[in-house]
Amino acid sequence: MILDDTDRQIVRATQEGLPLDPQPYHRVAEALNLDPADVMTRVRRMLDGGAIRRIGVIPNHYALGYTFNGMTVWDVDDARVSELGAKVGALDFVSHCYHRPRHLPLWRYNLFAMVHGRSKDAVERQVERIAELLGDEAHDHRILYSTRILKKTGLRIKETG
Amino acid sequence: MMDAADRRIINALQGGFPVSERPFRDAAVELGLDEGDLIRRIERLQADGYLSRFGPLYDAENMGGAKTLAALSAPEAEFERVTEQVNAFDAVAHNYQRAHDLNMWFVVCSDTPGGVKETLDAIEAETGLKVYDMPKLEEFFIGLKFELDEKDAEDAA
Repeated sequence: MILDDTDRQIVRATQEGLPLDPQPYHRVAEALNLDPADVMTRVRRMLDGGAIRRIGVIPNHYALGYTFNGMTVWDVDDARVSELGAKVGALDFVSHCYHRPRHLPLWRYNLFAMVHGRSKDAVERQVERIAELLGDEAHDHRILYSTRILKKTGLRIKETG
Repeated sequence: MMDAADRRIINALQGGFPVSERPFRDAAVELGLDEGDLIRRIERLQADGYLSRFGPLYDAENMGGAKTLAALSAPEAEFERVTEQVNAFDAVAHNYQRAHDLNMWFVVCSDTPGGVKETLDAIEAETGLKVYDMPKLEEFFIGLKFELDEKDAEDAA
């Protein structure tokens, strides 16, 4: 969807969070010198148009005990990746699932599924379930554990543009 | 320390926060809390680090911009230097060290269509390393399913 300058002002004012105030949209409107009803209309429009995925709490998986996150990557036939990706994405422990390009010969994996667990064992049991689901369709797979968070700031849009 | 109401907030309020005159009051009704209590609990969950943030989750690709996942292989001895160089770009939203030859994986977001490629080119120039671009070709539906149970509360306490 196309955002205008006013939408972008709202994005900039709220991308780090909404004010924890009984009337958060009114506080945003005041800060931007806008009408609260206009702010709410624009936020609803951005929700409908997909610029906002959702509004609510963004949990910190690490602090909540989900300290193991495994990026699991699979090599499946390109012709079947859509069908197989839909099955893997439907598993209740998969938080993200994408088809991405290979970079041969270094990188042969074209299906990515992110899993989270409280232990390495928990993650490996989940990977076993994906492996069973894919069976012979998976020619190879790997689990890439994150060993360190180097940066985590979320989306930041620039002042201009 | 989290209690049952805190877990309910985390499970139920990952989306659907109302866009209304008094959204905390409206959301509180659903959770069996009052407005002030809900606001204070979110404040505390955020201060204690259980929440990264409270508010809208924006999607760069649906804002006329673009986003990608990229990886590079940083020599162990230069890992810290490369980390600083990559993190210095505002367009780099997340960056993780991962156990693989491709040992640095980062998400690049831009509010312009060409911004991602420009950033990846600039990272290659700055670090002197090849950057592997892995944009999503297709996204499979996953819904919202990060749920806390009793055990999580113990682990997180």
